Amino acid sequence: MALLEVNHVSIAFGGLKAVDDVSLSVEPEQIYGLIGPNGAGKTTVFNLLTGVYKPTEGEILLDGKNLVGCSPAVINQRGIARTFQNIRLFKNMTVLDNVKAGLHNQNPYGTFSGIFRMPSYFRQERRMNIRAMELLKVFDLDQEYDFKASNLPYGRQRKLEIVRALATNPKLLLLDEPAAGMNPNETAQLMQTIQLVREKFGIAILLIEHDMRLVSGICEEITVLNFGSELTHGKTAEVLRDPRVITAYLGE
Amino acid sequence: MKQKVKQLRLRKATKNKLIDSGLVAGFYLIVMLILTLMQAFGISGGYQLRGMLMPIGAYLIFALSLNLTVGVLGELSLGHAGFICIGAYTGGIFSILTESTIPIGWLRLLIALIVGGLSAALAGLLIGIPILRLRGDYLAIVTLAFGEIIRKVVQSFYIVQDVNGLHVSFTKPIDASTIDQATQKVILNGPMAMQVPQNATILLVAILAVLTVIVLHHVIDSRQGRAFMAVRDNLIAAESIGINVTKYKLIAFVISALFAGIGGVLFAHFNTVDPTKFDYNMSIMILVFVVLGGLGNLRGTIIATIFLYMLPEWFRPFSKYRMLFYAIVLIVMMILTNSDSPWVIKLKETVKGWFRRKGKTLAEDAHEEEAD
Repeated sequence: MALLEVNHVSIAFGGLKAVDDVSLSVEPEQIYGLIGPNGAGKTTVFNLLTGVYKPTEGEILLDGKNLVGCSPAVINQRGIARTFQNIRLFKNMTVLDNVKAGLHNQNPYGTFSGIFRMPSYFRQERRMNIRAMELLKVFDLDQEYDFKASNLPYGRQRKLEIVRALATNPKLLLLDEPAAGMNPNETAQLMQTIQLVREKFGIAILLIEHDMRLVSGICEEITVLNFGSELTHGKTAEVLRDPRVITAYLGE
Repeated sequence: MKQKVKQLRLRKATKNKLIDSGLVAGFYLIVMLILTLMQAFGISGGYQLRGMLMPIGAYLIFALSLNLTVGVLGELSLGHAGFICIGAYTGGIFSILTESTIPIGWLRLLIALIVGGLSAALAGLLIGIPILRLRGDYLAIVTLAFGEIIRKVVQSFYIVQDVNGLHVSFTKPIDASTIDQATQKVILNGPMAMQVPQNATILLVAILAVLTVIVLHHVIDSRQGRAFMAVRDNLIAAESIGINVTKYKLIAFVISALFAGIGGVLFAHFNTVDPTKFDYNMSIMILVFVVLGGLGNLRGTIIATIFLYMLPEWFRPFSKYRMLFYAIVLIVMMILTNSDSPWVIKLKETVKGWFRRKGKTLAEDAHEEEAD
């Protein structure tokens, strides 16, 4: 059974159908690409998956359970984590605290335990610190654990956002243009990082990307969106050769 | 390595907590020492300073608790005086009612603190559920309205106690001449001042102020505190990592109201209380302490509250111009804390240099600042 199944999802803002009858199916441990020209509705699909918007039609199944109508927080607890096109870190918090915020639901304790410094507070905080440092080490961010998040360079902020998303222990990770603003060198590094995430954490990754080198390099399957509806989908190499896809990107 | 990192981290949070609570405790100790010495050497004066100690403690509690909503959670609340009002009145009425049944003053006050604090927290919960869906300016306006509503509601109660129990009216003002002092007791007479037993002590106020500092540090340096700050820094990202935003906004709001209520009970036990005291001006004054002290910064709030509360008293020699000077000081502080102009930054560096520990390099300092 597929991990994520999106069946005939549509959303309309007033008269505009931003996403029209889109279907997707992501297998466990698969790297899946979602591509298309600007304004095709890719980020809207992400927002539908994570509960920011509610689809007007269709269903979204994660492990066979319907996610439509759940709040973003609940959807994250069910196992979908994401990063954002424009980086959304907790700017005034340290790198470590950003990751610990991601561990929020992994090591819970009550408000009273925190205020009165009960044993559960120390136990869970210690677990969080250890787990957070492990995650940061995987992404080579552990030296900067005490830095304010906004003081990290751009590429490392992107990485930190991925770490924070992984901290929530997802089954599916959504990456919204992870290579945006990166030079070819950084993009090559990022490809390694994404593959590392899949291997080390055993999760599926769905990503939006414009950089075709990255898409053809790591995505096993892709779906192409154009004007809100699906143009085609299939194995990456085949889809990228499709003349309709080339037309959609480059024009007639 | 991991163990070392953890220790470093804990030590830093603990260090801040100790410094801040020590700051409050130290302030009280030093002022009391000065007052005692003045008395011992027969130097007159100091009454004004002594008289300010309890209000300063109460305002410390008010400002610190407001900082949790405004600075840490990042939601502007203009109705803090409303929660203080609820605390002052429920705690005050409790003290008046039980004056004869609980003759031990400190025990009565302790229970009154719990009653007042919990009532304010309950009010925070009931008000918070509908209004915390709003954001920014809209939330500010609604909290402002609720603050005023609370005050107006309290103002319209007329309560008399006699052998038959309590008589509550919303329409009939109590005529003092008809009250039989032997059998009847006026609890609340609308907008008139309430007669609460004045048994708060400087020691109690100081202890509660220090406790507030410690508890708020514990809240901020916990899973819940991180959730508050995540909501403040980026609401959408906070939701995306599974934080139930409404729940954590409500928790912060209720804790803030709880401490406002506790401070309010104290306030009623060293001060005559009437509803006009808890008006819009009080909320704004507390907000000024919080904003000038630095949003989300407990140490700044402590310093700003002590300094700004005492300032108008120091300006007394200027007689009727003193509020003018107060306003000027506020503007100067605002410029110093927020300006990006080079001479202000240079000035700040110089001042920081005075406090820099010897033997510590500039680079270490810069690193620490980045971490803050």
